[in-house]
Amino acid sequence: MLPPPDAPTRGTWRNGPRWNYEGVVALVGLAVAWQIASYFFPPFLFPPVPAIAAHVLDIFLSGKTLLDVMATALRILAGLAGAFVLGAAIAVLMGRAPRFSRYAYPLLNFNQGVPALSWVVISIIWFKGTEFRIFFIMLMTTLPAFTFQILDSYRAMSKDLLEMTLSFRPSRLDLLRTLVWPSVLPGILTAWKVNLGNASRVVVVAELVGATGGVGYQLLLQQQVFDMAGAIAWTIVLVIFVLLAQRIIDLLETWLLRYRPVAERTL
Amino acid sequence: MTQPEATKAGEIVFDDVSKSFTSPEHRDSPFYAVRNLSFTVGRGELVAVLGKTGCGKSTMFNLLAGLARPSSGKVLVHGHDPYAEFAWFRGKVGIVFQNDRLMPWRTAIENVALGLELNKVPSAERLAIAAEWLARLGLRGHEHDYPHALSGGMRQRVSIARAFSIKPDILLCDEPFSALDEVTGNALRGEFRDLVRETRATGIFITHSIGEALTLGHRILVFQRPARIAYEAVLGGTPEDEIRAEILRVMGDVEAA
Ligand SMILES: Nc1ncnc2c1ncn2[C@@H]1O[C@H](COP(=O)(O)OP(=O)(O)OP(=O)(O)O)[C@@H](O)[C@H]1O
Ligand SMILES: [Mg+2]
Repeated sequence: MLPPPDAPTRGTWRNGPRWNYEGVVALVGLAVAWQIASYFFPPFLFPPVPAIAAHVLDIFLSGKTLLDVMATALRILAGLAGAFVLGAAIAVLMGRAPRFSRYAYPLLNFNQGVPALSWVVISIIWFKGTEFRIFFIMLMTTLPAFTFQILDSYRAMSKDLLEMTLSFRPSRLDLLRTLVWPSVLPGILTAWKVNLGNASRVVVVAELVGATGGVGYQLLLQQQVFDMAGAIAWTIVLVIFVLLAQRIIDLLETWLLRYRPVAERTL
Repeated sequence: MTQPEATKAGEIVFDDVSKSFTSPEHRDSPFYAVRNLSFTVGRGELVAVLGKTGCGKSTMFNLLAGLARPSSGKVLVHGHDPYAEFAWFRGKVGIVFQNDRLMPWRTAIENVALGLELNKVPSAERLAIAAEWLARLGLRGHEHDYPHALSGGMRQRVSIARAFSIKPDILLCDEPFSALDEVTGNALRGEFRDLVRETRATGIFITHSIGEALTLGHRILVFQRPARIAYEAVLGGTPEDEIRAEILRVMGDVEAA
């Protein structure tokens, strides 16, 4: 849902996404600075902006490269979906059984310190199929954030509302549906947004485990032929995907959390 | 199950009930919010509870609603234990809490319909009932407003509608009319009395207004701190002025003690 035309502030997460004019200025400024640099440096260091743009366009127009983009996008989404489901299950267990949470906490914290590259090495040694290796890496790197986010919003659930709902003696399923789910939904949406950025950074590393397609694979190719314009173009394509996905979540958030009040004055 | 003598006489029975809270700082000296509280309420009776702030009235409600377990003593409603036999009370108890406790993600009408929904009333029917209740409480036209767009008094009326709409056997109201202006408050007090009469519901309401207790209740209980009966008056016989004076005297004494 779009915010009302007279919404007092623009571009805040409460109001939902809108065109942010300053953001456009900043991005155009970056492109201009790059273009100026391209006049002073050789093209393998700073290729001109039109060359990069043409490359980006090529990627989207050619069927084969478009498949690479889609493969990477699917890997990101599959990994996030897996981590979300598993993370939610662990969070519910932790929320309901304090004993379990005392075991799970240190493990998740430990996991948070493990670099993505370590998971790459481990999954290469442990597993065979490329796709499964990538899925495993994505799962392990985004699992803690999902778990912690969902657990936090579960614990922050209003005790007043819980008592009120319980006073009607709901079934467990009804309690979940009417109270728990709406209470944790904002946290879940935030977790998806945060993890989307993480996942896009991890996925290209994960694709080095022998993928024969995808943005990471293409980046590796560009590096081997020393094609800076290509490397930048593939990076931009991945960024575009992340921004699009984030935009979709933003729209979803604006719609699902439309009940939230908007303060007229902001900090 | 053998029922104690008092159960036959009362719909609601508090039998020497205490509720204490232990805090980490005072591990060995528990803090009593309710201590040796005994009273009974008969079917169809409307009882007003008065008492100073912090004397344990809301805690008594939580015990009655089965949301808290007594530290000692026995609470019986219809001869059943509200805490141990929690599910038995589905559809039987309506509570207006001290604060409105509306779900922010539900519109006014969806909030009212919550209790009906949890009692498995079909969607069309529960929305019709909810709309009727909102209209009765003067909220026609606000059915689809979210709580943040309602005033405090409007929100409290939504929460009253939510409790009343399930036509409970037992109505527990924690200062239900305190957030309302004189006119709306009076209209609602009338509704409240009619509903209790109509449905033969048993009602307990907490109030800080002696006038409200006198006009609305069949009986008045005055709590001391920690909660137990300091004074009890049945309305109808004794002149109101006498009761009022006695309540003020008792509450003053409680302060002195
Ligand atoms: N969960 C709790 N843990 C610790 N102490 C509590 C808890 N709930 C209530 N108390 C204490 O019990 C006492 C009685 O609280 P209660 O809410 O029942 O008072 P009340 O009579 O409803 O007061 P008011 O008229 O202000 O609403 C208070 O001193 C409060 O601090
Ligand atoms: Mg209270």
